[in-house]
Amino acid sequence: MRLLIMKLILGGFLMVFETISSFLETLSTGSGLWNPLVWGVIAIIAFFIAYILRGFGRKDFKSEKEKAKVFLSGNPELKKEDMHLKSSNVYWGFLESLKWVYNVLEKMHTGNVSDYILWFVVIMGILFIIIGVI
Amino acid sequence: MLFNFPYIAVVLLILIGLATVIYKRNLIKIVIGITLIESGVNLFLITLAYRKDSIAPIFHGFTASKDNVPFMSLPVPHALTLTSIVIGVAVLALMLTFIIHLYRHYNTLDARKIGREEE
Amino acid sequence: MNISDIVFHSPALIVAIPLLGAFLTPLVAKINDKLRNIFAILIALITSVLVAILANDVFSNGIRTYVFGGGEPLVNNSYAIRILFEVDGMNAFMAIIASILTVVAIIYSWTFLKNHTGQDKYYTLILLMIAGMFGMILTGDMFNFFVFLEITSIASCALIAFYTNKGKAIDAGFKYIVISSIGALFILFAIGILYSQYNALNMAVLANSISFSFLDKIALALLISGLAMKAGIVPMHMWLPDAYGRAPSSVTLLLVGATQASLYGIFRITLSIFGKAFNTTGTVLKSATLTGDELIMVSSYPNVISIGWILIILAILTMIIGVLMALKQSNLKRLIAFAALAEIGYMLLGIGVRFASKYSEIVKMNNQEYIQIGFHGYDISALTGSIFHIINDALDIGLLFLVAGAIYIATKETSLNKLGGLARNMKYTTVFFIIGLIAVSGLPPMNGFASKLIIYESTFQLNPIIGIIAILASILLLAVFVKVLHSAFLGPKIPNLKDVKEVPKSMLFAMGIIACIIIIFGLFPNIVIDNIIQPAVNAITNHEAYIRGVFNGI
Repeated sequence: MRLLIMKLILGGFLMVFETISSFLETLSTGSGLWNPLVWGVIAIIAFFIAYILRGFGRKDFKSEKEKAKVFLSGNPELKKEDMHLKSSNVYWGFLESLKWVYNVLEKMHTGNVSDYILWFVVIMGILFIIIGVI
Repeated sequence: MLFNFPYIAVVLLILIGLATVIYKRNLIKIVIGITLIESGVNLFLITLAYRKDSIAPIFHGFTASKDNVPFMSLPVPHALTLTSIVIGVAVLALMLTFIIHLYRHYNTLDARKIGREEE
Repeated sequence: MNISDIVFHSPALIVAIPLLGAFLTPLVAKINDKLRNIFAILIALITSVLVAILANDVFSNGIRTYVFGGGEPLVNNSYAIRILFEVDGMNAFMAIIASILTVVAIIYSWTFLKNHTGQDKYYTLILLMIAGMFGMILTGDMFNFFVFLEITSIASCALIAFYTNKGKAIDAGFKYIVISSIGALFILFAIGILYSQYNALNMAVLANSISFSFLDKIALALLISGLAMKAGIVPMHMWLPDAYGRAPSSVTLLLVGATQASLYGIFRITLSIFGKAFNTTGTVLKSATLTGDELIMVSSYPNVISIGWILIILAILTMIIGVLMALKQSNLKRLIAFAALAEIGYMLLGIGVRFASKYSEIVKMNNQEYIQIGFHGYDISALTGSIFHIINDALDIGLLFLVAGAIYIATKETSLNKLGGLARNMKYTTVFFIIGLIAVSGLPPMNGFASKLIIYESTFQLNPIIGIIAILASILLLAVFVKVLHSAFLGPKIPNLKDVKEVPKSMLFAMGIIACIIIIFGLFPNIVIDNIIQPAVNAITNHEAYIRGVFNGI
């Protein structure tokens, strides 16, 4: 009797495993495997583990104390509306360090239509040389 | 060599048209350059139809004999050229309408002064 | 009439119905405004149903040839004198993309343009542009392709200059028509060269009898550069941010479709028409010289590897310049236009990798040595990734442009410097923007990741630097759109944007359609690849089947 139940459970387990592995095989893209449903399941499990770990923290922390205030190197903190970073100033460091690239690019994008046709003739010449001669 | 003159004219027309579009600043001169390129391409299409000693492709009931059957020049490039001329007229009308609107907004026809992004 | 009659005539109906609708729209608009809106969406829905029926038939039964005027494609078994539409897997795939974009654009523009005048002419021009796009996609004749290309560019240039009260939009339209007409004239020149050599304008007849002589090389160079200028490849891309950024948002959605139809032209010409010339083998001849050595001569075959590498270099430049310029912009639509430019580079990368992965080896057959030319194994997967990326890019960039239009309707601001904290009032728009952000930068689980993963893995095998640059461009795209999310949606409430409301329902419905398709394509990419993409890839690389569509039985 117990043997029969164990066989049934084992058979059910094997069937589930069979369908899961055939399901996994079908979603292969490119030269590898990618299955977004498996990714989704693993992401949910990861969020769950992070939530459990968050519950191990201390429960008696109040966030209005002096320790949780914003520190701006001694500058006074303004109203929230004035502290919003304008979009031209985001990524300032990146744009400053690549100034030499952006100088060339800004000079290239002039805006008058004659320069567009000049680039077209240049590319046509390069394609003539490469396809025709080489 | 004599029969290559249309092809040389085609290349010269296209080169002069391209030079006008690239090096001139006035918008109307750019449009004239585009018309020159289009004339060159239409001339090229008509030149393709010519075969040596051919007549126009109109059937006039000559008796088909083995010799003395004159060539007919190809009728297909003439149809292509007509289509291309009509398309060229439509594009030209559209471009000139845009120039009228642009003059009303900017009061100048200099290609380097209109359409700046900073305004 | 039964279903098989409709399927038989559907290539002509798909072009004819929008054309008829376009010329009937001013008459219908005189009666009522709502009737005109319903008429436009009815025409778009009928065309989409016809496209679905035709695609279903082509994917299961093979190439379908439709001859205008009835009769057989060939006369006397040798001359193809009628214009014909030849629909194979790739054509059906592009038609599906165009029909989805059409339906969404018309639904979106019901309330986007509610208070503008000139809406009658707008709907007429949209239906005309759709007719031109479908004609360009379905045709099998070179001069017909040129005519439909001109129709599409004239109709779309008038739509770009829709805001005639500002000078910038008219200037963008003028630049677009100049660029477009010069590109089309050079394409016509190349068609003339090909006609003069082979006395045929039909694509299948040209593919059958092409040989890579010197004039053919000139024609190929002119065709590639003319079509690349229309598709927006660096350094001929500078009309793209102007035209995409200053047009109404629903028009930009259709412009993305028109740009991809020009890219389809490059695919068709290099892979199908010149396919025989690129696959030729040469014979190794042996002859004796005076000194008694054996001289090995090879009859010339085209150097496809250098063509592939120049396309790869252009694609890499497109990706890098598109992303770098996008980081600097502060105008929202211009920024998304530069991101669209970067995505076009991915599509060209696949076809460049296919040509550059050619190898040649000497094989011995029947006591005669031949040079055998083949492609490495990863070229088919690179093409699959690029063709899958065409539909993904159209959907993702389209969703982002629709969100930009929604922001413009709600706040009347175009510059990112003046926006902030919009997520409190416009909840649905924020959700759609986050979906578009995840999809465009290639993060799982959306559809951008599936196609970009295929492109990364296959281009990495040719040369690791190409794969690394592609991944880098994706990461910088993520940076660009996180900047937009922070500046426009997150943050505190700006005082003069206090009372923005959510956008009207029809715009949300249009954005919702695209978001649903993005999520479905992302969660089940294998269904999409097996049923839609793989037949397209098989059809475009099989130039023999394309020739046999016309020359059946010979």
